[in-house]
Amino acid sequence: MKELKISVKNLYLKYGEKTALDDISMDITSKQVTAFIGPSGCGKSTFLRVLNRMNDLIDNCSITGEVLIDGIDIYDKNLDVVNLRKRIGMVFQKSNLFPKTIFENIVFGPRLNGVNDKNTLNEIVEKTCRQAAIWDEVKDRLNEPALSLSGGQQQRLCIARALAVEPDILLMDEPASALDPISTAKIEELIHELKKNYTIVIVTHNMQQAARVSDYTAFFYMGKLIEIDKTTRIFTKPSVKQTEDYITGRFG
Amino acid sequence: MELGKKHKDINGFIFINLVRLMFAFLVGLLLLIIGIIAVNGYPVMSLDFLISSPANNMTEGGIGPAIFGTIAVTFFMVLLAVPLGVSAAIFLSEYAKESIYTKIIRTSINNLAGVPSIVFGLFGLGFFVLFIGKNLDEVLQTGLLFGQPALLWAAATLAVLVLPIVIVSTLEALNSVPKSHRDAAIGLGATKWQTIRDIVFPQAKPGILTGTILAISRGVGETAPILFLGCAFFLPNLPVADLCIGDYCIPMINPTEQFMYLAYHIFILSTQSANPTKTLPLQYGSTLVLILLTILLNITAIIFRYRFRKALGRN
Ligand SMILES: Nc1ncnc2c1ncn2[C@@H]1O[C@H](COP(=O)(O)OP(=O)(O)OP(=O)(O)O)[C@@H](O)[C@H]1O
Ligand SMILES: [Mg+2]
Repeated sequence: MKELKISVKNLYLKYGEKTALDDISMDITSKQVTAFIGPSGCGKSTFLRVLNRMNDLIDNCSITGEVLIDGIDIYDKNLDVVNLRKRIGMVFQKSNLFPKTIFENIVFGPRLNGVNDKNTLNEIVEKTCRQAAIWDEVKDRLNEPALSLSGGQQQRLCIARALAVEPDILLMDEPASALDPISTAKIEELIHELKKNYTIVIVTHNMQQAARVSDYTAFFYMGKLIEIDKTTRIFTKPSVKQTEDYITGRFG
Repeated sequence: MELGKKHKDINGFIFINLVRLMFAFLVGLLLLIIGIIAVNGYPVMSLDFLISSPANNMTEGGIGPAIFGTIAVTFFMVLLAVPLGVSAAIFLSEYAKESIYTKIIRTSINNLAGVPSIVFGLFGLGFFVLFIGKNLDEVLQTGLLFGQPALLWAAATLAVLVLPIVIVSTLEALNSVPKSHRDAAIGLGATKWQTIRDIVFPQAKPGILTGTILAISRGVGETAPILFLGCAFFLPNLPVADLCIGDYCIPMINPTEQFMYLAYHIFILSTQSANPTKTLPLQYGSTLVLILLTILLNITAIIFRYRFRKALGRN
């Protein structure tokens, strides 16, 4: 029995006068990986940012519709956005570690939550680094600048940092697009592992990657959700012609 | 196309060399000025010159009180200008929504930087001394304590003068913090204030420090704004008062006193003294000290800026 984690109904989003998301409705299943695919500019990142209300930071952005996470309307006026974001980890396309040490990067979130005990922080660092499959590479250099790590390591550290706030949803915006095949494989393995405990949404331009890591795939086109279905189905016999054309590379 | 033949660009050649010539001329002029001052000022330079008072109707002695006054004024100036300027910049860049009002404010800040400094002096006299000071005296029943030109008001006036420098450099420093770092912090559940305090501000700090140093070096060199604000020809005593708690007394700068100021001191030595030719070595000496001070401050600022840019991975 698959549980429902996120439920979006009739969502519209505008940047000023320009409609970027046009009547999106979808359900996202708990502890599964959902991949978003679609051509550049179709609104994948925008939609991802709707899910943790990062679009609030953009001045001219207006949203209508409903987004329920665990049955709670996250756009409710009384909802505490900061707490919402603590429940949702986000990993961006380009690693955006702070110019601080590896250790300080990971404990940034826990510190915000008032965790200051050195032992507890050490435990968090070890646990999340193991989860993000980077512990062996950083355990001897926790006090070195995070920016001295390689690109692939930085991205996995970003994942560790996101996990440190103990979210139950992980949003990833093209987390492997700037990485070499080995680092990419590591991240994909990681996603498989994390799926046991987290609901994961991943944006990717890489069809093989979507096919490899995801249980569900959603295809966006020009601000519209064309279709969402089991990944196996989307990649074998999609119900909409546009999806098939995109996946087989006939446009995009 | 003939790849072997070098194309001759006569106009470019003339232009480049003209620019080079002008550049050399400017640098030469600067070196000449500093050189003359250094050569003539060097003989009077000594520790005694730096710490002792002027003597014998300003024709002998040192510049100790002027240096002390300059440092005291600058100290209060920084205390006033930096918190105000930095908060203003944080508000403008992080909190205020872009609108016609913020545009007006930004333009005003830039225009403020272009106001002749003598105007600041008159403003300081009218606003700080006659308005704030006089009213303070009335409210606090202190007789004539604040309502007269004094170190504090000179510092406040200079603070207004350097405010644009502090604001603009802080804005620049805040803008240089990548948006992705703010996104990361917000995404981890930081509030806006936590993001500014823990992520944005630490990265902007060297830039803010650079601005502060540039502000000091500007303030140190000004004479006109403090002319009417308690800058004294000669004072037998330093603007110091004992602050006593029970039996323990420590000497503290007294901001309600008048003071001597290095830049002003040079002005009076050369124009107001009974015998300007006799004071000539002292003039050179004082000028050398002032110039060295300014150069030192600017070099420190440049080093900070350089380190800062390098730390952020830019040049
Ligand atoms: N802050 C913004 N202000 C105005 N328009 C925006 C903003 N961010 C995105 N857009 C527009 O919204 C549309 C969707 O952008 P979005 O970044 O979501 O696309 P995307 O599917 O993630 O593309 P990509 O695959 O290239 O990352 C684009 O047309 C883009 O120009
Ligand atoms: Mg995107």
